[in-house]
Amino acid sequence: MSTIFGIPPQALFGQLLLGLINGSFYALLSLGLAVIFGMLNVINFAHGALYMLGAFVAWLLLTTAGIGYWWALLLAPLVVGAFGVVLEKTLLSRLYKLDHLYGLLLTFGLALIVEGAFRHFYGVSGQPYPIPDLLRGGQNLGFMFLPNYRGWVVVASLVVCLATWYAIERTKLGAYLRAATENPVLVQAFGINVPLMITATYGFGVALAGLAGVLAAPIYQVSPLMGSNLIIVVFAVVVIGGMGSILGAVLTGYGLGLLEGLTKVFYPEASNIVVFVIMAVVLLIKPAGLFGRER
Amino acid sequence: MIARLLAGAALAALAVGSAQAQQGKVSGDVVKIGVLNDRSGLYADLGGEGSAVAVRMAVEEAGGKALGKPIEVIAADHQNKPDIGSNLSREWIDRDGVDVIVDVPNSGVALAVQEVTREKKKIFLMQGPATSRLTGDACSPTGFHWAYDTRALAVGTGQAIVKEGGKSWFFLTADYAFGHQLETDTAAQVKKAGGTVVGAVRAPLNTADFSSFLLQAQSSGAQVIGLANAGGDTITSIKQASEFGLTQSGQQKLAGLLIFLSDVHALGLQVAQDLVLTTGFYWDMDDEKRAWSEKYKAKTGKMPTMVQAGSYSSVKHYLKAVEAAGTDDGPTVAAKMKEMAVNDMFAKNGKILPNGRMVHDMYLARVKKPSESKGPWDYYQIIRTIPGDEAFATLAESGCKLPG
Repeated sequence: MSTIFGIPPQALFGQLLLGLINGSFYALLSLGLAVIFGMLNVINFAHGALYMLGAFVAWLLLTTAGIGYWWALLLAPLVVGAFGVVLEKTLLSRLYKLDHLYGLLLTFGLALIVEGAFRHFYGVSGQPYPIPDLLRGGQNLGFMFLPNYRGWVVVASLVVCLATWYAIERTKLGAYLRAATENPVLVQAFGINVPLMITATYGFGVALAGLAGVLAAPIYQVSPLMGSNLIIVVFAVVVIGGMGSILGAVLTGYGLGLLEGLTKVFYPEASNIVVFVIMAVVLLIKPAGLFGRER
Repeated sequence: MIARLLAGAALAALAVGSAQAQQGKVSGDVVKIGVLNDRSGLYADLGGEGSAVAVRMAVEEAGGKALGKPIEVIAADHQNKPDIGSNLSREWIDRDGVDVIVDVPNSGVALAVQEVTREKKKIFLMQGPATSRLTGDACSPTGFHWAYDTRALAVGTGQAIVKEGGKSWFFLTADYAFGHQLETDTAAQVKKAGGTVVGAVRAPLNTADFSSFLLQAQSSGAQVIGLANAGGDTITSIKQASEFGLTQSGQQKLAGLLIFLSDVHALGLQVAQDLVLTTGFYWDMDDEKRAWSEKYKAKTGKMPTMVQAGSYSSVKHYLKAVEAAGTDDGPTVAAKMKEMAVNDMFAKNGKILPNGRMVHDMYLARVKKPSESKGPWDYYQIIRTIPGDEAFATLAESGCKLPG
């Protein structure tokens, strides 16, 4: 059997595909972070907690009300988005005039509170969430067994990422948003309600995190720690891609997923630090990130 | 500053002098028990606050007093970091007058705390940590390893699966002290029983996605994939193995080398069914265990794991030894503990070897199918009792070298 760098090609393809799946989560989460940072200049450390909240809303809907996966896919992001809107209106909006650091500290504190509360009530081992019947089973691709559900995750995240990019870069609403970040006073003078747009943006950004949480629920345990396990990597993704760059966040998300997958083949022990090594290198060479621009 | 140092030294000398002069007294007029474990991370459900609750139950049964002095229980989170664990235990012993440290899951942290308690001559009752090194090359005269260890797990699960025909093994190992030791011990048992090890992959602690490692295990072609990990890592790897259809082909089978009751509860029987595991305790085995466990459940809402039940048992034994020795002085109590047999709801005629290994029967269990289970917590069918002498290493085998 022929090999590539001593690894059978089947194994390599398998790992690349898995990397793509993980990359889907990175992309979805870093997309939300990038949107929020781009529009609000807030480094949203609560993103991981909101992702966890999305998964828990789905789990609670299922166990207490018997509402299944597909409705949860719609309802959980709405609930998380609404929660985000409340946060923005009551807390975050007071901090826009201050340094970035205050927003970071506030959201970090919120994340600790939300996670601590869920840990208190549900423990750390997590709750199981079943894969929806429609997506059970898997396909034998010859080089690996691909669970249908993971395939669905890749497709769903690609669609959402593309739609978001299109909405912001190619529609009129997106143009308003981008203008409002450049010069809020001028845009407001044209009769556009900038504070409303900012609130809606934050709500949308965290709803993306909620959506990622629902997508993740059947794969991982629905656990209070699921967000904090992921959020640091996602921040690294955003930094590498360039703070506030939407395309950068999405492409870097998938790219780093793939790279992490490769690391797991060649040197598994390093798989949890490879992202940070790359971050350090990128920051040295291009401090604004791969797709970011200097301000 | 110098004056203060001198005063401190004088006080310390006084304390040492008076402790020696007044053997038979309780240091600080209180017996202080420190429960040190992971209270917030991936091992919090298998020990955590539950261990502290179990310790308090043992204290209540003793009437809250030892040698007429009050018993106090405190607890802290070591966050799975050896430096935090050893600093906390140093602080506890030096500043707060803690006499005994209990639980300490995560072998890496336990090895660090063992150094501190050996140096300070304080009792260390280990429940959560697994590595057999704690009674081997890293043993201590005041260290006690109670509920289980990697060697017992290897003997139980490893041998049983090789006997069933699982000859070739691939290990998925947690990349730190515990995982490495469990892999080494199990590989030794597998080879002894006539099996082979075809490979291993080391996954970082607290990995969120095991699919890549599982795929490597799958392509190795081994009959058995041995999971040398614990807690949250075990849960995730079993769940994802089922998702990727590793066991559905019937050619490969999973061996969870360390599975706690809390893991099975989190996984659900649908995913966990038919796993074979080794445990030091299961609540539904006899009336005594059931009665104690129901009491525990009334306080916590959960059935105890072997770590939590072991915490109760070891503290109970410790308090008996304090009464018998007439002091809470570490080395004296340790010697007394080793003289006495352990008899409580956890163990029958348990004996403690000079290296601190508490030898008791272990149990090989199979996780029930959903159809066999009568409800929550009815999870295990005990298929074999492994006599303590078979499960645990003898003093000679352990490699422990204690002075004297």
